[in-house]
Amino acid sequence: MSFCLMDGNEAVAWGAWAAGCRFFAGYPITPATGILNAMLAILPPAGGICLQGEDEIASMGYCLGASVAGMKVMTATSGPGISLCSEQISFAVGSEIPIVIVDVQRLGPSTGSATRGADGDIQFLRWGNSGGLPVFVLAPTDVKDCFELTVEAFNLSEAFRCPVFVASNKEIAMTKESVAIDVRQPRPGRERPAPRPDLPYLPFGVNGDQKVPGFLPIGGRTIVRQTSSTHGPDGYITTNPEEIALVQQRLLEKLQGAPEFFSLYPEKTNAPPDFIILTYGVTSRAARAAVKLLNQEGRNGAVLALKTLWPVPEEIILTQTRHVQQVFVIEMNLGQYINEIQRVLPHKQVHFHGRMDGTLITPLEIMEVVRHAR
Amino acid sequence: MPDSLLNQSRPPVFCPGCSHERVVLALNSALMNMGLAAHQVAIVSDIGCSGLFDTFFNTHALHGLHGRALTYAAGLKLACPDLTVIVTMGDGGLGIGGAHLLSACRRNLDVTLLVLNNFNYGMTGGQFSATTPVDAAVESGFLNRLETPVDVCRLAQAAGAAYTAACSSFQKNLPQEIEQALRFEGFAVLDIRGICPGRYTKKNKLSPKMIEKELAHQPLEQTHHLPINRKEYGRRYREQSALQKPAQPPVSMLPQHPAPSNARWEIMILGDAGQRVQTAGEILCLAGMSAGLRVTQKNDYHITVLRGPSISEIILSPDEIDFTGITKPGVILAIGQAGVNTRQKVFRQLDPQAMIIQTPGVDLPTVSGSIHLADFKDLGIKREDWSLAALMVLARLGTVLHKDMLRSAIQARFKSTALESALALFEKVEILK
Ligand code: SF4
Repeated sequence: MSFCLMDGNEAVAWGAWAAGCRFFAGYPITPATGILNAMLAILPPAGGICLQGEDEIASMGYCLGASVAGMKVMTATSGPGISLCSEQISFAVGSEIPIVIVDVQRLGPSTGSATRGADGDIQFLRWGNSGGLPVFVLAPTDVKDCFELTVEAFNLSEAFRCPVFVASNKEIAMTKESVAIDVRQPRPGRERPAPRPDLPYLPFGVNGDQKVPGFLPIGGRTIVRQTSSTHGPDGYITTNPEEIALVQQRLLEKLQGAPEFFSLYPEKTNAPPDFIILTYGVTSRAARAAVKLLNQEGRNGAVLALKTLWPVPEEIILTQTRHVQQVFVIEMNLGQYINEIQRVLPHKQVHFHGRMDGTLITPLEIMEVVRHAR
Repeated sequence: MPDSLLNQSRPPVFCPGCSHERVVLALNSALMNMGLAAHQVAIVSDIGCSGLFDTFFNTHALHGLHGRALTYAAGLKLACPDLTVIVTMGDGGLGIGGAHLLSACRRNLDVTLLVLNNFNYGMTGGQFSATTPVDAAVESGFLNRLETPVDVCRLAQAAGAAYTAACSSFQKNLPQEIEQALRFEGFAVLDIRGICPGRYTKKNKLSPKMIEKELAHQPLEQTHHLPINRKEYGRRYREQSALQKPAQPPVSMLPQHPAPSNARWEIMILGDAGQRVQTAGEILCLAGMSAGLRVTQKNDYHITVLRGPSISEIILSPDEIDFTGITKPGVILAIGQAGVNTRQKVFRQLDPQAMIIQTPGVDLPTVSGSIHLADFKDLGIKREDWSLAALMVLARLGTVLHKDMLRSAIQARFKSTALESALALFEKVEILK
């Protein structure tokens, strides 16, 4: 098996390509610029489009315009840019426009440190849209995940007609690794659901317990209306509370509908462990190293590295921690996802350790946390 | 062919006397005259009263955020080059989306922008906009008196717009004005001046006559400047794209050599900017991969890429690599002072078995590892090749990698002259004592 050497940013770009993404727009920002560079190398020669927007808002706007025409689209940025994108994110949520948004997180707050990593945007990604409706957030742990989860992100985005975030981190995005992936192998995935041919087309119309409306592109033979305003099934502005409530409820339920489909996490160890380190992103790797060493000392621990952060995979968290008393939540921030874990596991001993100073949390540090817990 | 593209079930709902309605009708006439069918047209609209436009037409519609309509239109047009894409925005959208207007002008994508300019924010209560006259009485108190209004056409022209024209909502030939803009293959800006009786003319006097007079007073090159013959962006994009070479996939490597040991190695290359530290790190990774090892490479350098330290941290391992950080490297290649200074702490923690390759002019803190001096200067090796040369010295020592691994890596990474000169370095390093 041949291995290739690439960093997380390149892996995201090739993953997008393999998933059928043919439109990318982004604004240069460290540590996400590598994705723009790679997309510029990949897309135009292959007949796709890659734009450098005048800012992040525009970049995402270009993507949304191409997405409503039926293209698979992606943008990539970092903390300062994702903050600007907030209103476009809300548009994509409310108007059910598929888009993959890569946030290569860097140390914040604000412009922070361009070349230092952190996982400081995890709650922002979830709640950074006006209206507070749910979104998907996937968190890669390594370069291979950057490829695989980007492919998944497109599947989810197309199937559910919604924005999907890939919460990368400088520490993965700009770290090269040997990976056994053939980047040229297409990875066809799920498409947007088609409308029922026997009914007149309604851009936001659903039948029965259908949650995702059928898609037709702007520019096709059938007239399509897209709008950021509060709308009914026909895409016209509405003030009818019942009609509004139905759409809002559907937007909520559509992302909570099939947890087994979107909850991604690695298979777990065999014997029921005594404690679990629950983490995500690059920190999972330090956690794995720490648990290996602790288990060599006679402890019996396991790592639960969540790859879907939002919607919170509650079932998985409950099942995987069923037999353990102690859960350690380790985050490369000062405590964000811990709130969710405490909510899901109110009767467990949940310990938290977090650090956000631009350096990786080390295995030794995690071992100390576990050793000193009582 | 229908006799109108107007939405029969949604007639315009503007305030009585609002000039927007005239533009709706004129746009419909223009589209009809061009013989366009409903599905061949998309109206992309903005926020404000002008944002109602898309609902009055039975065409494709995309209604989005304030000031961002031009961004959606660009993505849509690039995805559907045959679609007629029209953007409507008010003087409000023009102001808040200023950066997008400038970009659209510079780009020249085949989109038509209708600015429904009524000199104030109608929908939010009549506040001042980017085009409100200094002496107008608006809902923003004295604030508009402090700011100079912009002229839409001149602004667009300064940004390189290939087609600009100013006109009145009341002029008879408005449909022809709009049609001409629509037929222009490129970005066309129409500054359509109008009256907002709901807000603006409650306190200000403005009549169709006054608009006409004002337009007549402006020099023709400001209101109607001759279309510039510039190729449309989409066409140019597709032409240029076709000339680009296909992307190269990342460098790959088949395991082909035995690894010198079963150990996991953590290696730091500490150098100065310009010493090709990152490239050497990559080559070390490829060398490891040629022996079937797993590798990671973390780089650290200043944003001022030509000054300061340049550091590469590499792990070679027979097993999957979990943690990618290095605190206690087994090997340090001390190539440049800036890199060494940045990682002073690492030297204090070194194991006695650690190997250090030290190059001339680099001062090291007192350390416990074994130091190998490599006087590359003496051999006439250029500073930018020291990182690679140090790898060759490491290969000679044979514990971390061997020469065959390094040679395979160099062959995978370099081509033609760069490859020859990299391979020639081997000979030079051979002489080193
Ligand atoms: S507020 Fe002004 S712009 Fe808006 S509909 Fe009324 S008259 Fe027209």
